[in-house]
Amino acid sequence: MTLRLKALFAGAVIFTAGTASAATECIAPANPGGGWDFTCRQIGKILYDIGQVDQPVQVTNMAGGGGGLAYQSVANERTDDADLIVAASQATATRLAQDAFGGATADQVRFVGAIGADPGVIVVGADSEFQSLNEMLDAMAADPGSVSFAGGSAAGGFDHLKVLQLAQEAGVEDIRAIRYIGVDGGADAITQTVGGFTQGMTGDMSEVVGFIESGDVRVLAVLTEERVPGFEDIPTAREQGYDVVAVNWRGLYVPKDISDERFQEWADKLRAVGESDEWKAAMEANGLAPFLVTGDDFQSFIDGNIADVRTLSQEIGVIQ
Amino acid sequence: MAEIVANLGLGFSIALSPYTLMLAILGCFIGTIVGALPGLGPSNGVAIMIPITFTLGLDAVAALVLLTAIYYGAMYGGRISSILLNIPGDEPAMMTCLDGHPMARNGRPGDALVISGVASFVGATLSTIGLMILAPALSRVAYQFGPAEYFALYLLAFCTLGGMASNNQAKAALASCLGIMIAMVGLDPNSGMARLTGGNLHLYDGVDFLVAIVGLFAVSEVFFFIEKHGKQGALNIVVGRVTIPWAEIWSTRWTMARSSVLGFLAGVLPGAGASLGSFLTYMTEKSIAGDKGGFGTGVAKGIAAPEVGNNAAAGGALVPMLTLGVPGSGTTAVLLAVLVTLNITPGPTLFTERPDVVWGLIASLLIANFVLLAMNVPMVKVFVRILRLPPAVLMPGVTMVSFVGIYALTGSYFDLLLVVAFGVLGYVLRKLDVPTVPVILGILLGGKMEKQLRDAMVLSDGDWTYLVSSPIAVGLLLAAFLGFVAPLFLRRFIRKPPVPDHAKPID
Repeated sequence: MTLRLKALFAGAVIFTAGTASAATECIAPANPGGGWDFTCRQIGKILYDIGQVDQPVQVTNMAGGGGGLAYQSVANERTDDADLIVAASQATATRLAQDAFGGATADQVRFVGAIGADPGVIVVGADSEFQSLNEMLDAMAADPGSVSFAGGSAAGGFDHLKVLQLAQEAGVEDIRAIRYIGVDGGADAITQTVGGFTQGMTGDMSEVVGFIESGDVRVLAVLTEERVPGFEDIPTAREQGYDVVAVNWRGLYVPKDISDERFQEWADKLRAVGESDEWKAAMEANGLAPFLVTGDDFQSFIDGNIADVRTLSQEIGVIQ
Repeated sequence: MAEIVANLGLGFSIALSPYTLMLAILGCFIGTIVGALPGLGPSNGVAIMIPITFTLGLDAVAALVLLTAIYYGAMYGGRISSILLNIPGDEPAMMTCLDGHPMARNGRPGDALVISGVASFVGATLSTIGLMILAPALSRVAYQFGPAEYFALYLLAFCTLGGMASNNQAKAALASCLGIMIAMVGLDPNSGMARLTGGNLHLYDGVDFLVAIVGLFAVSEVFFFIEKHGKQGALNIVVGRVTIPWAEIWSTRWTMARSSVLGFLAGVLPGAGASLGSFLTYMTEKSIAGDKGGFGTGVAKGIAAPEVGNNAAAGGALVPMLTLGVPGSGTTAVLLAVLVTLNITPGPTLFTERPDVVWGLIASLLIANFVLLAMNVPMVKVFVRILRLPPAVLMPGVTMVSFVGIYALTGSYFDLLLVVAFGVLGYVLRKLDVPTVPVILGILLGGKMEKQLRDAMVLSDGDWTYLVSSPIAVGLLLAAFLGFVAPLFLRRFIRKPPVPDHAKPID
């Protein structure tokens, strides 16, 4: 085969992914492999399987600026594309709150809803000295630098903020002295913790499920209002006396200038996915907790969430 | 052992069904092509195929078989354009350029392809067997590597860089510094502040090394071609009969054995991956062979080592991906996403909970390897035929495919501009006789090395002795020191042979 034929072949493979213009496009604002990619592919697959859309959903990976590139593109260039949905999560809200999207603000798109949430967890290795969240936070209150954490988000990101929120609740005065390293994803953070390089891991439930089953780690607390179905023996931070709730919701946003009818249509379709058995099975397999909020309810959730994160980020000096 | 045989039986019973077998062969074929195209590597090859696996409604085992066959196929295919065009088909095939292309220019392109094909087979097969036997035990190795150990590992890679340039160590050092500088562009991982981006959002995630590779190798090659007004083809080689050089392959047996082990281990370490595997194996074999080994002039060992290394690393990288859910490379990160989407949770319990998935995958990999050997050795003439295309057709074709590949990967016009910029940089560097491979390694590993160093400092509260606090770190640092110093002393005692003409960059 000549190289020219090969070029045609490669072109054919690539362009089959881009020809159907009427098909729904889902932008995952990151490279394949992360949470946003999962959101797009899973929602896209179920939308098609349950007949909410009549053509397979095309997933486009638009990595850049921690999701900022896709956000800017949707907010500025594709403002009225009604066939476009974009994967979002708590990280989107956190970065908007910290003004990390190059000046873009939360009102430049419309948030459709969330269909699941990954509960925040605080984890230690199976042989750790800490048996409960209280023991860990007491040690930190005595010496904030004595307990170090690894997490899957960069410093100042949501995983880091979870630890800081708990520390604030526990009365740790100098929360800036808490050591945190951001590594490539939750599983990597766990290997650092099980290996003894950090004392604690902060992340999402989905990232630790396999390690709970294998007995390598112990979950000190889950950061939800109630215990998570399927993991009833893991106590919440609340019942241990620390009022911190932090979940990484998974959902969508759409361009700002689409009609209210189309917006409502997307909210209904998302709700249909959220209520499908397929999605419920996917949630269970991945340690996601139910969190189905759509339409205007979700918009007010986002507004409150962004305000909270902004206040906390200012307190720790991530933003001015 | 009996357990492994029983499990493997289960695996083959799944993998040998006609449907699965067909998928494996299809995957091998697509993978080899994707790998051979400059700019398209295993990670985008697999990524492009994901929607197709969903559209076909493949189940978990079938999807995994197809995608990992593409993964392995791309690892084989990457060497083809390295050897024939001096443009690596993907980043792990970079080291294969160093000896593979000189051998092709010496009039033995067929031999170079056969030797590298066999080497790929040996590396991939041994590492698949390693994966099978050692995976559960080896997954614990990742727990031994913290920031200090990783920093020492990356430092080792950079310290042995001096031996890379055949004639001037200072230029190699300059090139790697340039690469590290480029790696600094983007968001600072520890503070989230943007560095050297000029406020451009496109640069916040840094420079993708695929962009750099396509620019530095493929586009700069086109510039050289234009400079010569297309008169002299980049490759005016007469291809004779392709035979299998048995004796030469046999002479590399120890190189292959050593490189398999080293490459596999490099793959097992999360984050090190295939590129480091091929790099470490090449440098190891080069130092064992010494100056009289003729590395860089087109010797069989110089082709075998990196090809065994990167294919062994590809198998090794599946170990942390399957047992810990930690991707060892870009491609395994994509595969991880597929697993998760298929509702399979990789992790410590995968081997016991889903033996059909794991052992079906392993059996398919073994089968895929034999298919790939057949495609890449007896059918090698198909690929040699590429040489007969007039360069005026070949070079624009390569450029087009590279640009399409990059755009498919990133979906950003900005990256296309960057590709051109890197092309200009590559042209200037090669005019100045500065090697471009260390630039890529700097981009690839520089950012990771910095991150590990800074994590180590965060954890130790700025105490530098933390870097030498474990035996593994001390051992690696010692090896790095020796790797840096030894060539300087050895040079006094051994007179360097004159560098043959064909080892110099083509200009």
